[in-house]
Amino acid sequence: MNLKEFCLQIRKDIIQEIGTFGVGHIGGSLSIVEILAVLYNNYMNFDPNDPKKEGRDRLIVSKGHAGPAVYAVLANLGFFDKSWLLTLNKPGTNLPSHCDMNKTPGIDMTTGSLGQGFSCAVGIALGSKLKHDNAKIYTIIGDGESQEGQIWEASMFASHNRLDNLIAFLDYNGAQIDGEIIDVCSILPASDKWRTFGWHVIEVRNGNSCEEIDDALRLAQILENKPCMIVANTTKGFGIPFVEKAGVNNHSMNISKEQLEMALDELNKQER
Amino acid sequence: MEMRKVLAAELEKIMEENEKVVIINADLAKAAALSNLYQKFPKRCFNVGVAEQNMASIAAGLSSYGFIPFIFTFTPFATRRICDQIAVSICYSKQNVKIFGLDPGITATNNGGTHMSFEDVGIIRSMPQTTVFEPCDEIQLKKSLKQILNYKSMIYVRIFRKGNIKIFDENNCEFDLMKASIIKNGSDISIFCTGIMVEEALKAYEVLKNKNISAEIIDIHTIKPLDSKTILSSIKKTKKAVVAENHNKFGGLFSAICELAAENFPVPIKYVAVEDEFGQVGNLEFLKKYYKLTCESIVEKALSLVE
Ligand SMILES: Cc1ncc(C[n+]2csc(CCOP(=O)(O)OP(=O)(O)O)c2C)c(N)n1
Ligand SMILES: [Mg+2]
Repeated sequence: MNLKEFCLQIRKDIIQEIGTFGVGHIGGSLSIVEILAVLYNNYMNFDPNDPKKEGRDRLIVSKGHAGPAVYAVLANLGFFDKSWLLTLNKPGTNLPSHCDMNKTPGIDMTTGSLGQGFSCAVGIALGSKLKHDNAKIYTIIGDGESQEGQIWEASMFASHNRLDNLIAFLDYNGAQIDGEIIDVCSILPASDKWRTFGWHVIEVRNGNSCEEIDDALRLAQILENKPCMIVANTTKGFGIPFVEKAGVNNHSMNISKEQLEMALDELNKQER
Repeated sequence: MEMRKVLAAELEKIMEENEKVVIINADLAKAAALSNLYQKFPKRCFNVGVAEQNMASIAAGLSSYGFIPFIFTFTPFATRRICDQIAVSICYSKQNVKIFGLDPGITATNNGGTHMSFEDVGIIRSMPQTTVFEPCDEIQLKKSLKQILNYKSMIYVRIFRKGNIKIFDENNCEFDLMKASIIKNGSDISIFCTGIMVEEALKAYEVLKNKNISAEIIDIHTIKPLDSKTILSSIKKTKKAVVAENHNKFGGLFSAICELAAENFPVPIKYVAVEDEFGQVGNLEFLKKYYKLTCESIVEKALSLVE
Protein backbone atom coordinates (compact mmCIF):
# COMPACT_ATOMS: atom_id res chain seq x y z
CA MET A 1 0.00 0.00 0.00
CA ASN A 2 1.47 3.38 -0.91
CA LEU A 3 1.01 6.42 1.32
CA LYS A 4 -1.88 7.78 -0.68
CA GLU A 5 -3.77 4.50 -0.43
CA PHE A 6 -2.93 4.33 3.26
CA CYS A 7 -4.44 7.79 3.83
CA LEU A 8 -7.60 6.82 1.96
CA GLN A 9 -7.91 3.73 4.13
CA ILE A 10 -7.44 5.82 7.29
CA ARG A 11 -10.15 8.27 6.17
CA LYS A 12 -12.51 5.37 5.49
CA ASP A 13 -11.83 3.98 8.94
CA ILE A 14 -12.29 7.35 10.65
CA ILE A 15 -15.70 7.95 9.06
CA GLN A 16 -16.59 4.34 9.78
CA GLU A 17 -15.68 4.76 13.47
CA ILE A 18 -17.50 8.04 13.96
CA GLY A 19 -20.37 7.18 11.62
CA THR A 20 -21.01 3.91 13.46
CA PHE A 21 -21.16 5.72 16.80
CA GLY A 22 -23.14 8.60 15.30
CA VAL A 23 -21.17 11.61 16.52
CA GLY A 24 -17.56 12.60 17.06
CA HIS A 25 -14.54 14.83 16.53
CA ILE A 26 -14.31 14.43 12.79
CA GLY A 27 -12.73 17.72 11.64
CA GLY A 28 -9.55 17.60 13.68
CA SER A 29 -9.18 13.86 13.08
CA LEU A 30 -9.19 14.28 9.30
CA SER A 31 -6.74 17.19 9.28
CA ILE A 32 -3.84 15.12 10.70
CA VAL A 33 -4.18 11.98 8.54
CA GLU A 34 -1.16 12.76 6.34
CA ILE A 35 0.99 13.70 9.34
CA LEU A 36 0.18 10.36 11.02
CA ALA A 37 0.61 8.37 7.80
CA VAL A 38 4.07 9.73 7.03
CA LEU A 39 5.24 9.51 10.64
CA TYR A 40 4.26 5.89 11.17
CA ASN A 41 5.17 4.61 7.70
CA ASN A 42 8.43 6.47 7.03
CA TYR A 43 9.94 7.59 10.32
CA MET A 44 8.84 6.03 13.56
CA ASN A 45 10.54 3.02 15.08
CA PHE A 46 7.87 0.87 16.78
CA ASP A 47 6.72 -2.71 17.20
CA PRO A 48 2.96 -3.43 17.15
CA ASN A 49 3.63 -6.71 18.95
CA ASP A 50 5.50 -4.94 21.72
CA PRO A 51 3.84 -1.53 21.96
CA LYS A 52 5.72 -0.56 25.14
CA LYS A 53 9.17 -1.54 23.78
CA GLU A 54 11.94 0.47 25.42
CA GLY A 55 13.74 2.97 23.26
CA ARG A 56 10.90 3.15 20.72
CA ASP A 57 9.98 6.41 19.07
CA ARG A 58 6.86 7.93 20.57
CA LEU A 59 3.95 10.05 19.45
CA ILE A 60 1.98 12.18 21.87
CA VAL A 61 -1.20 13.48 20.29
CA SER A 62 -1.73 16.44 22.57
CA LYS A 63 -4.97 17.38 20.79
CA GLY A 64 -6.36 14.20 22.29
CA HIS A 65 -9.80 14.56 20.70
CA ALA A 66 -8.22 13.34 17.42
CA GLY A 67 -8.21 9.83 18.93
CA PRO A 68 -10.29 8.37 16.07
CA ALA A 69 -7.51 9.20 13.56
CA VAL A 70 -4.80 7.68 15.72
CA TYR A 71 -6.87 4.54 16.39
CA ALA A 72 -7.40 4.02 12.65
CA VAL A 73 -3.65 4.19 12.05
CA LEU A 74 -2.78 1.91 14.97
CA ALA A 75 -5.37 -0.67 13.86
CA ASN A 76 -4.04 -0.68 10.30
CA LEU A 77 -0.51 -1.19 11.59
CA GLY A 78 -1.59 -4.20 13.67
CA PHE A 79 -1.54 -2.82 17.21
CA PHE A 80 -5.01 -4.29 17.72
CA ASP A 81 -7.80 -5.87 15.75
CA LYS A 82 -9.59 -3.62 13.29
CA SER A 83 -12.96 -4.71 14.68
CA TRP A 84 -12.17 -2.54 17.70
CA LEU A 85 -12.75 0.53 15.54
CA LEU A 86 -16.48 -0.10 15.53
CA THR A 87 -16.53 0.12 19.33
CA LEU A 88 -15.38 3.77 19.39
CA ASN A 89 -16.88 5.52 22.41
CA LYS A 90 -19.28 2.68 23.21
CA PRO A 91 -19.63 1.62 26.85
CA GLY A 92 -16.61 -0.43 27.91
CA THR A 93 -14.58 0.38 24.77
CA ASN A 94 -10.79 0.47 24.56
CA LEU A 95 -11.09 3.39 22.14
CA PRO A 96 -12.49 6.37 24.05
CA SER A 97 -13.06 9.76 22.44
CA HIS A 98 -9.77 11.07 23.88
CA CYS A 99 -6.45 9.17 23.77
CA ASP A 100 -5.83 6.93 26.79
CA MET A 101 -2.45 5.20 27.29
CA ASN A 102 -3.92 2.65 29.69
CA LYS A 103 -6.69 1.52 27.37
CA THR A 104 -5.27 1.50 23.84
CA PRO A 105 -2.09 -0.34 22.76
CA GLY A 106 0.18 2.10 20.94
CA ILE A 107 -1.03 5.26 22.65
CA ASP A 108 1.99 6.80 24.38
CA MET A 109 0.26 9.37 26.58
CA THR A 110 -3.20 10.10 27.92
CA THR A 111 -4.46 13.39 26.52
CA GLY A 112 -7.72 15.33 26.15
CA SER A 113 -7.20 18.17 28.59
CA LEU A 114 -5.63 20.51 26.07
CA GLY A 115 -2.10 21.76 26.65
CA GLN A 116 -1.01 18.97 28.96
CA GLY A 117 0.07 16.46 26.32
CA PHE A 118 2.63 18.86 24.95
CA SER A 119 4.33 19.26 28.33
CA CYS A 120 4.22 15.47 28.72
CA ALA A 121 5.99 15.18 25.34
CA VAL A 122 8.68 17.55 26.60
CA GLY A 123 9.09 15.40 29.71
CA ILE A 124 9.34 12.26 27.59
CA ALA A 125 11.96 13.90 25.33
CA LEU A 126 13.91 14.90 28.44
CA GLY A 127 13.67 11.31 29.73
CA SER A 128 15.01 9.96 26.47
CA LYS A 129 17.95 12.38 26.64
CA LEU A 130 18.70 11.26 30.21
CA LYS A 131 18.63 7.61 29.11
CA HIS A 132 20.65 8.21 25.93
CA ASP A 133 18.37 5.83 24.05
CA ASN A 134 18.30 7.90 20.85
CA ALA A 135 14.52 7.83 20.58
CA LYS A 136 12.70 10.51 18.62
CA ILE A 137 9.71 12.04 20.32
CA TYR A 138 6.93 13.34 18.11
CA THR A 139 3.93 15.35 19.19
CA ILE A 140 0.95 17.09 17.58
CA ILE A 141 -0.75 20.17 19.02
CA GLY A 142 -3.79 22.07 17.75
CA ASP A 143 -3.89 25.75 16.83
CA GLY A 144 -6.74 26.35 19.27
CA GLU A 145 -4.80 24.34 21.84
CA SER A 146 -1.93 26.81 21.34
CA GLN A 147 -3.96 29.36 23.30
CA GLU A 148 -3.21 27.41 26.50
CA GLY A 149 -0.40 29.06 28.48
CA GLN A 150 1.01 25.62 29.27
CA ILE A 151 2.07 25.23 25.62
CA TRP A 152 4.39 28.22 25.94
CA GLU A 153 5.75 27.19 29.32
CA ALA A 154 6.71 23.85 27.80
CA SER A 155 8.06 25.52 24.68
CA MET A 156 10.50 27.61 26.70
CA PHE A 157 11.68 24.66 28.74
CA ALA A 158 12.23 22.49 25.66
CA SER A 159 14.44 25.01 23.88
CA HIS A 160 16.25 25.95 27.08
CA ASN A 161 17.18 22.30 27.48
CA ARG A 162 18.08 21.84 23.80
CA LEU A 163 15.67 18.96 23.31
CA ASP A 164 16.54 18.35 19.67
CA ASN A 165 15.04 14.87 19.89
CA LEU A 166 11.60 16.51 20.05
CA ILE A 167 9.79 17.10 16.75
CA ALA A 168 6.40 18.76 17.06
CA PHE A 169 3.62 19.47 14.63
CA LEU A 170 1.29 22.43 14.88
CA ASP A 171 -1.88 21.31 13.10
CA TYR A 172 -2.73 24.73 11.75
CA ASN A 173 -6.23 24.02 10.45
CA GLY A 174 -7.37 27.54 11.32
CA ALA A 175 -10.38 26.53 13.38
CA GLN A 176 -11.42 25.72 16.93
CA ILE A 177 -14.89 24.98 18.36
CA ASP A 178 -16.31 28.50 18.37
CA GLY A 179 -14.98 29.54 14.96
CA GLU A 180 -11.81 30.56 13.20
CA ILE A 181 -8.76 31.04 15.39
CA ILE A 182 -8.24 34.56 14.04
CA ASP A 183 -11.78 35.51 15.14
CA VAL A 184 -11.70 33.87 18.58
CA CYS A 185 -8.21 34.73 19.85
CA SER A 186 -5.49 34.91 17.24
CA ILE A 187 -2.21 33.02 17.67
CA LEU A 188 -0.62 34.76 14.68
CA PRO A 189 2.16 35.04 13.71
CA ALA A 190 2.56 31.44 14.83
CA SER A 191 5.88 30.58 13.20
CA ASP A 192 7.55 33.73 14.51
CA LYS A 193 6.39 32.93 18.02
CA TRP A 194 8.02 29.51 17.89
CA ARG A 195 11.21 30.96 16.43
CA THR A 196 11.50 33.55 19.17
CA PHE A 197 10.86 30.80 21.71
CA GLY A 198 14.07 29.19 20.46
CA TRP A 199 12.76 26.49 18.15
CA HIS A 200 13.67 25.44 14.62
CA VAL A 201 10.58 26.12 12.53
CA ILE A 202 9.70 24.38 9.29
CA GLU A 203 6.62 25.61 7.47
CA VAL A 204 4.58 23.20 5.40
CA ARG A 205 2.37 24.94 2.91
CA ASN A 206 0.05 21.98 2.41
CA GLY A 207 -0.06 19.83 5.51
CA ASN A 208 -2.42 17.41 3.76
CA SER A 209 0.29 16.49 1.24
CA CYS A 210 2.32 13.43 2.17
CA GLU A 211 5.24 14.66 0.06
CA GLU A 212 5.43 17.99 1.85
CA ILE A 213 5.13 16.38 5.29
CA ASP A 214 7.84 13.93 4.31
CA ASP A 215 10.17 16.71 3.15
CA ALA A 216 9.68 18.53 6.44
CA LEU A 217 10.34 15.42 8.51
CA ARG A 218 13.45 14.57 6.51
CA LEU A 219 14.85 18.02 7.27
CA ALA A 220 13.78 17.84 10.92
CA GLN A 221 15.83 14.65 11.43
CA ILE A 222 19.10 16.48 10.78
CA LEU A 223 18.45 19.75 12.61
CA GLU A 224 20.39 19.99 15.88
CA ASN A 225 20.58 21.86 19.17
CA LYS A 226 16.94 22.96 19.30
CA PRO A 227 13.56 21.25 19.27
CA CYS A 228 11.75 21.49 15.95
CA MET A 229 8.24 22.77 15.24
CA ILE A 230 6.66 21.86 11.92
CA VAL A 231 3.87 24.33 11.25
CA ALA A 232 1.53 22.41 8.96
CA ASN A 233 -1.20 24.35 7.20
CA THR A 234 -3.97 21.80 7.04
CA THR A 235 -7.66 21.79 6.23
CA LYS A 236 -10.06 20.82 9.00
CA GLY A 237 -12.20 17.96 7.69
CA PHE A 238 -9.87 17.34 4.73
CA GLY A 239 -10.72 14.57 2.28
CA ILE A 240 -14.42 14.05 2.99
CA PRO A 241 -16.33 16.71 1.04
CA PHE A 242 -19.41 17.11 3.22
CA VAL A 243 -17.28 17.42 6.34
CA GLU A 244 -14.86 19.84 4.71
CA LYS A 245 -17.80 21.92 3.52
CA ALA A 246 -19.19 22.23 7.04
CA GLY A 247 -16.14 24.42 7.75
CA VAL A 248 -15.99 25.82 11.28
CA ASN A 249 -18.94 23.61 12.19
CA ASN A 250 -17.05 20.37 11.63
CA HIS A 251 -15.26 20.17 14.98
CA SER A 252 -17.71 17.60 16.27
CA MET A 253 -20.50 16.42 13.98
CA ASN A 254 -23.42 14.08 13.97
CA ILE A 255 -22.89 11.58 11.15
CA SER A 256 -25.93 9.75 9.78
CA LYS A 257 -25.86 6.31 8.21
CA GLU A 258 -26.56 7.94 4.82
CA GLN A 259 -23.67 10.34 5.23
CA LEU A 260 -21.44 7.43 6.21
CA GLU A 261 -22.40 5.48 3.07
CA MET A 262 -22.00 8.55 0.89
CA ALA A 263 -18.53 9.26 2.28
CA LEU A 264 -17.42 5.66 1.86
CA ASP A 265 -18.65 5.66 -1.76
CA GLU A 266 -16.71 8.81 -2.46
CA LEU A 267 -13.52 7.51 -0.88
CA ASN A 268 -13.87 4.22 -2.79
CA LYS A 269 -14.13 6.16 -6.03
CA GLN A 270 -10.95 8.07 -5.23
CA GLU A 271 -9.19 4.76 -4.69
CA ARG A 272 -9.80 3.65 -8.27
CA MET B 1 -36.05 22.96 27.83
CA GLU B 2 -32.35 22.16 27.98
CA MET B 3 -30.64 23.75 30.99
CA ARG B 4 -28.18 25.62 28.77
CA LYS B 5 -31.04 27.25 26.86
CA VAL B 6 -32.76 28.28 30.07
CA LEU B 7 -29.47 29.68 31.29
CA ALA B 8 -28.91 31.68 28.11
CA ALA B 9 -32.44 33.10 28.21
CA GLU B 10 -32.11 34.19 31.84
CA LEU B 11 -28.68 35.65 31.25
CA GLU B 12 -30.08 37.71 28.44
CA LYS B 13 -32.58 39.30 30.82
CA ILE B 14 -29.90 39.93 33.42
CA MET B 15 -27.57 41.51 30.89
CA GLU B 16 -30.33 43.79 29.69
CA GLU B 17 -30.99 44.99 33.21
CA ASN B 18 -27.45 45.17 34.53
CA GLU B 19 -24.66 46.69 32.49
CA LYS B 20 -22.00 45.36 34.82
CA VAL B 21 -22.59 41.76 33.80
CA VAL B 22 -19.93 40.43 31.43
CA ILE B 23 -19.51 36.96 29.99
CA ILE B 24 -16.26 35.15 29.32
CA ASN B 25 -15.88 31.66 27.94
CA ALA B 26 -13.02 29.48 26.75
CA ASP B 27 -13.95 28.21 23.28
CA LEU B 28 -17.22 26.71 24.47
CA ALA B 29 -19.72 29.44 23.60
CA LYS B 30 -21.47 27.16 21.12
CA ALA B 31 -21.46 24.26 23.57
CA ALA B 32 -23.00 26.48 26.25
CA ALA B 33 -25.59 27.84 23.78
CA LEU B 34 -24.30 31.37 24.36
CA SER B 35 -23.89 32.35 20.69
CA ASN B 36 -26.99 34.57 20.67
CA LEU B 37 -25.74 36.52 23.67
CA TYR B 38 -22.41 37.02 21.95
CA GLN B 39 -24.29 38.56 19.04
CA LYS B 40 -26.58 40.65 21.15
CA PHE B 41 -23.96 42.00 23.57
CA PRO B 42 -20.71 41.91 21.60
CA LYS B 43 -19.05 44.48 23.86
CA ARG B 44 -19.69 42.51 27.02
CA CYS B 45 -19.01 38.98 25.79
CA PHE B 46 -15.47 37.65 25.42
CA ASN B 47 -13.86 34.45 24.25
CA VAL B 48 -10.33 33.87 25.56
CA GLY B 49 -9.88 30.78 23.40
CA VAL B 50 -8.71 27.55 25.01
CA ALA B 51 -7.16 29.27 28.05
CA GLU B 52 -9.13 28.62 31.22
CA GLN B 53 -6.55 29.85 33.72
CA ASN B 54 -6.30 33.09 31.83
CA MET B 55 -10.10 33.35 31.80
CA ALA B 56 -10.35 33.00 35.60
CA SER B 57 -7.82 35.70 36.37
CA ILE B 58 -9.10 38.07 33.66
CA ALA B 59 -12.51 37.69 35.30
CA ALA B 60 -10.98 38.56 38.68
CA GLY B 61 -9.46 41.68 37.15
CA LEU B 62 -12.78 42.74 35.68
CA SER B 63 -14.46 42.10 39.01
CA SER B 64 -11.95 44.32 40.81
CA TYR B 65 -12.94 47.01 38.32
CA GLY B 66 -16.61 46.77 39.25
CA PHE B 67 -17.89 44.28 36.69
CA ILE B 68 -19.68 41.02 37.44
CA PRO B 69 -18.13 38.31 35.27
CA PHE B 70 -19.91 35.05 34.50
CA ILE B 71 -17.37 32.53 33.18
CA PHE B 72 -18.04 29.24 31.42
CA THR B 73 -16.25 25.99 30.61
CA PHE B 74 -16.62 22.25 31.31
CA THR B 75 -16.55 21.36 35.05
CA PRO B 76 -13.02 19.87 35.13
CA PHE B 77 -11.57 22.92 33.44
CA ALA B 78 -13.70 25.24 35.61
CA THR B 79 -12.23 23.75 38.79
CA ARG B 80 -9.21 21.43 38.80
CA ARG B 81 -7.58 23.10 35.80
CA ILE B 82 -7.84 26.58 37.30
CA CYS B 83 -7.64 25.73 40.97
CA ASP B 84 -4.94 28.21 41.97
CA GLN B 85 -6.44 31.01 39.89
CA ILE B 86 -9.74 30.46 41.70
CA ALA B 87 -7.98 30.32 45.07
CA VAL B 88 -5.81 33.40 44.66
CA SER B 89 -7.23 35.69 41.96
CA ILE B 90 -10.85 35.06 42.89
CA CYS B 91 -11.34 33.78 46.45
CA TYR B 92 -8.38 35.13 48.40
CA SER B 93 -8.76 38.46 46.59
CA LYS B 94 -12.50 38.42 47.36
CA GLN B 95 -13.59 38.92 43.78
CA ASN B 96 -17.17 38.43 42.67
CA VAL B 97 -16.85 35.93 39.84
CA LYS B 98 -19.63 33.52 38.89
CA ILE B 99 -18.12 30.27 37.63
CA PHE B 100 -20.32 28.00 35.55
CA GLY B 101 -19.09 24.42 35.17
CA LEU B 102 -20.83 22.51 32.40
CA ASP B 103 -21.52 18.77 32.46
CA PRO B 104 -20.68 17.67 36.01
CA GLY B 105 -19.73 14.07 36.75
CA ILE B 106 -21.25 11.43 34.52
CA THR B 107 -23.21 13.98 32.49
CA ALA B 108 -19.97 14.50 30.52
CA THR B 109 -20.89 11.13 28.88
CA ASN B 110 -19.06 10.70 25.55
CA ASN B 111 -16.27 13.09 26.41
CA GLY B 112 -15.00 10.48 28.84
CA GLY B 113 -12.47 10.42 31.67
CA THR B 114 -10.55 13.61 30.90
CA HIS B 115 -13.76 15.62 30.92
CA MET B 116 -15.53 13.86 33.79
CA SER B 117 -15.19 15.66 37.12
CA PHE B 118 -15.96 13.73 40.28
CA GLU B 119 -13.86 16.03 42.45
CA ASP B 120 -14.93 19.56 41.52
CA VAL B 121 -17.27 20.09 44.49
CA GLY B 122 -14.53 18.91 46.85
CA ILE B 123 -12.00 21.29 45.30
CA ILE B 124 -14.18 24.38 45.50
CA ARG B 125 -15.75 23.46 48.83
CA SER B 126 -12.35 23.24 50.49
CA MET B 127 -11.50 26.85 49.69
CA PRO B 128 -12.61 29.52 52.20
CA GLN B 129 -15.74 31.56 51.57
CA THR B 130 -16.86 29.76 48.44
CA THR B 131 -20.37 28.84 47.40
CA VAL B 132 -21.30 25.72 45.47
CA PHE B 133 -24.67 25.39 43.79
CA GLU B 134 -26.16 22.71 41.55
CA PRO B 135 -29.71 23.18 40.26
CA CYS B 136 -31.59 19.92 39.76
CA ASP B 137 -33.96 21.21 37.10
CA GLU B 138 -34.71 24.10 34.79
CA ILE B 139 -37.13 25.79 37.18
CA GLN B 140 -34.55 25.95 39.94
CA LEU B 141 -31.96 27.22 37.49
CA LYS B 142 -34.33 29.86 36.22
CA LYS B 143 -35.28 31.06 39.69
CA SER B 144 -31.68 31.07 40.89
CA LEU B 145 -30.10 33.41 38.41
CA LYS B 146 -31.21 36.73 39.93
CA GLN B 147 -30.12 35.51 43.35
CA ILE B 148 -26.76 34.45 41.97
CA LEU B 149 -26.34 37.90 40.43
CA ASN B 150 -27.24 39.69 43.66
CA TYR B 151 -25.12 37.39 45.78
CA LYS B 152 -22.01 39.44 46.49
CA SER B 153 -19.47 36.68 46.28
CA MET B 154 -17.87 34.02 44.18
CA ILE B 155 -20.15 31.12 43.34
CA TYR B 156 -19.52 27.86 41.49
CA VAL B 157 -22.52 26.51 39.59
CA ARG B 158 -22.61 22.95 38.24
CA ILE B 159 -24.88 22.63 35.22
CA PHE B 160 -25.99 19.56 33.27
CA ARG B 161 -26.02 21.53 30.03
CA LYS B 162 -28.18 19.21 27.93
CA GLY B 163 -30.31 18.19 30.89
CA ASN B 164 -34.01 18.44 30.29
CA ILE B 165 -35.37 17.68 33.73
CA LYS B 166 -38.50 18.95 35.47
CA ILE B 167 -38.83 18.39 39.17
CA PHE B 168 -40.55 21.55 40.35
CA ASP B 169 -43.72 23.32 39.32
CA GLU B 170 -42.78 26.83 38.32
CA ASN B 171 -45.88 28.48 39.82
CA ASN B 172 -45.79 26.49 42.96
CA CYS B 173 -42.27 26.55 44.31
CA GLU B 174 -40.30 28.93 46.46
CA PHE B 175 -36.64 29.13 45.76
CA ASP B 176 -34.01 30.46 48.11
CA LEU B 177 -30.35 29.91 47.21
CA MET B 178 -29.48 29.47 50.87
CA LYS B 179 -32.32 27.09 51.78
CA ALA B 180 -32.52 23.40 50.97
CA SER B 181 -35.70 22.29 49.19
CA ILE B 182 -37.79 19.74 51.03
CA ILE B 183 -39.51 17.89 48.20
CA LYS B 184 -41.21 15.15 50.23
CA ASN B 185 -41.81 15.09 53.95
CA GLY B 186 -41.12 11.81 55.70
CA SER B 187 -40.30 10.37 59.08
CA ASP B 188 -38.29 7.13 58.70
CA ILE B 189 -35.19 8.19 56.80
CA SER B 190 -33.71 11.37 55.32
CA ILE B 191 -32.51 11.25 51.74
CA PHE B 192 -30.31 14.19 50.84
CA CYS B 193 -29.72 14.51 47.15
CA THR B 194 -28.40 16.96 44.58
CA GLY B 195 -28.26 17.44 40.81
CA ILE B 196 -29.26 14.45 38.68
CA MET B 197 -29.66 12.34 41.83
CA VAL B 198 -32.82 14.23 42.81
CA GLU B 199 -34.76 12.43 40.10
CA GLU B 200 -33.41 9.07 41.31
CA ALA B 201 -34.25 9.93 44.92
CA LEU B 202 -37.84 10.69 43.96
CA LYS B 203 -38.12 7.29 42.29
CA ALA B 204 -36.64 5.74 45.43
CA TYR B 205 -39.26 7.58 47.49
CA GLU B 206 -42.03 5.70 45.66
CA VAL B 207 -40.31 2.32 46.01
CA LEU B 208 -39.80 2.88 49.73
CA LYS B 209 -43.36 4.09 50.15
CA ASN B 210 -44.56 0.77 48.73
CA LYS B 211 -42.56 -0.92 51.47
CA ASN B 212 -44.21 1.31 54.07
CA ILE B 213 -41.10 3.37 54.60
CA SER B 214 -41.59 7.09 54.81
CA ALA B 215 -38.59 8.86 53.29
CA GLU B 216 -37.94 12.57 53.52
CA ILE B 217 -36.46 13.83 50.25
CA ILE B 218 -34.41 16.99 50.53
CA ASP B 219 -32.68 18.55 47.56
CA ILE B 220 -29.44 20.18 48.66
CA HIS B 221 -28.98 22.46 45.68
CA THR B 222 -26.51 24.58 47.62
CA ILE B 223 -23.77 22.29 48.85
CA LYS B 224 -21.87 25.15 50.44
CA PRO B 225 -22.88 26.86 52.65
CA LEU B 226 -25.13 24.03 53.84
CA ASP B 227 -28.59 24.78 55.11
CA SER B 228 -27.68 23.18 58.42
CA LYS B 229 -30.98 24.02 60.08
CA THR B 230 -33.06 22.04 57.58
CA ILE B 231 -30.62 19.14 57.47
CA LEU B 232 -30.26 18.82 61.25
CA SER B 233 -33.97 19.04 61.93
CA SER B 234 -34.54 16.27 59.39
CA ILE B 235 -31.99 13.88 60.87
CA LYS B 236 -33.15 14.66 64.39
CA LYS B 237 -36.51 13.35 63.27
CA THR B 238 -35.41 10.34 61.17
CA LYS B 239 -32.13 9.40 62.95
CA LYS B 240 -30.59 8.10 59.69
CA ALA B 241 -29.78 9.31 56.24
CA VAL B 242 -28.66 8.48 52.72
CA VAL B 243 -26.79 11.03 50.65
CA ALA B 244 -26.92 10.74 46.84
CA GLU B 245 -24.63 12.73 44.58
CA ASN B 246 -23.02 12.63 41.13
CA HIS B 247 -19.52 13.05 42.58
CA ASN B 248 -16.77 11.12 44.29
CA LYS B 249 -17.73 9.93 47.78
CA PHE B 250 -14.84 12.04 49.09
CA GLY B 251 -15.18 15.79 49.35
CA GLY B 252 -18.71 16.33 48.06
CA LEU B 253 -22.17 16.43 49.59
CA PHE B 254 -21.75 13.17 51.51
CA SER B 255 -18.64 14.57 53.19
CA ALA B 256 -20.34 17.88 53.89
CA ILE B 257 -23.34 16.27 55.56
CA CYS B 258 -21.20 13.86 57.57
CA GLU B 259 -19.13 16.77 58.84
CA LEU B 260 -22.25 18.61 59.92
CA ALA B 261 -23.85 15.57 61.55
CA ALA B 262 -20.67 14.37 63.26
CA GLU B 263 -20.35 17.62 65.12
CA ASN B 264 -24.01 18.29 65.87
CA PHE B 265 -26.08 15.13 65.81
CA PRO B 266 -24.24 11.94 64.85
CA VAL B 267 -26.45 9.37 63.11
CA PRO B 268 -25.69 6.58 60.63
CA ILE B 269 -25.31 8.02 57.12
CA LYS B 270 -24.70 6.09 53.89
CA TYR B 271 -23.70 7.34 50.49
CA VAL B 272 -24.70 6.78 46.88
CA ALA B 273 -21.71 8.29 45.11
CA VAL B 274 -18.74 7.36 42.96
CA GLU B 275 -16.44 4.82 44.64
CA ASP B 276 -13.22 6.82 44.30
CA GLU B 277 -12.87 6.09 40.59
CA PHE B 278 -12.18 8.11 37.46
CA GLY B 279 -14.69 8.64 34.67
CA GLN B 280 -14.97 6.95 31.29
CA VAL B 281 -16.96 7.23 28.06
CA GLY B 282 -20.52 5.97 27.85
CA ASN B 283 -24.10 7.14 27.67
CA LEU B 284 -25.85 8.40 30.78
CA GLU B 285 -27.81 5.21 31.41
CA PHE B 286 -24.68 3.05 31.20
CA LEU B 287 -22.72 5.38 33.46
CA LYS B 288 -25.51 5.57 36.04
CA LYS B 289 -25.50 1.78 36.27
CA TYR B 290 -21.71 1.47 36.20
CA TYR B 291 -21.17 3.96 39.02
CA LYS B 292 -24.33 2.79 40.83
CA LEU B 293 -25.89 6.25 40.79
CA THR B 294 -29.40 4.87 40.63
CA CYS B 295 -32.70 4.70 42.41
CA GLU B 296 -31.91 1.03 43.20
CA SER B 297 -28.72 2.00 45.03
CA ILE B 298 -30.58 4.59 47.07
CA VAL B 299 -33.26 2.05 48.00
CA GLU B 300 -30.65 -0.54 48.92
CA LYS B 301 -28.75 1.82 51.18
CA ALA B 302 -31.96 3.11 52.74
CA LEU B 303 -33.20 -0.42 53.48
CA SER B 304 -29.89 -1.37 55.04
CA LEU B 305 -30.39 1.47 57.52
CA VAL B 306 -34.08 0.99 58.18
CA GLU B 307 -34.06 -2.76 58.70
C1 LIG C 1 -8.24 22.22 28.77
C2 LIG C 1 -9.34 22.01 27.79
N1 LIG C 1 -10.23 23.00 27.56
C3 LIG C 1 -11.25 22.82 26.71
C4 LIG C 1 -11.41 21.65 26.02
C5 LIG C 1 -12.58 21.45 25.09
N2 LIG C 1 -12.10 21.42 23.69
C6 LIG C 1 -11.91 20.26 23.03
S1 LIG C 1 -11.31 20.48 21.50
C7 LIG C 1 -11.34 22.17 21.67
C8 LIG C 1 -10.90 23.05 20.55
C9 LIG C 1 -9.52 22.74 20.11
O1 LIG C 1 -9.16 23.43 18.96
P1 LIG C 1 -7.89 22.96 18.15
O2 LIG C 1 -6.74 22.78 19.09
O3 LIG C 1 -7.68 23.90 17.05
O4 LIG C 1 -8.31 21.51 17.65
P2 LIG C 1 -8.59 20.99 16.16
O5 LIG C 1 -8.98 22.15 15.32
O6 LIG C 1 -7.31 20.40 15.71
O7 LIG C 1 -9.65 19.96 16.29
C10 LIG C 1 -11.81 22.51 22.94
C11 LIG C 1 -11.97 23.89 23.43
C12 LIG C 1 -10.45 20.63 26.29
N3 LIG C 1 -10.52 19.44 25.70
N4 LIG C 1 -9.42 20.85 27.15
MG1 LIG D 1 -7.72 23.81 15.02
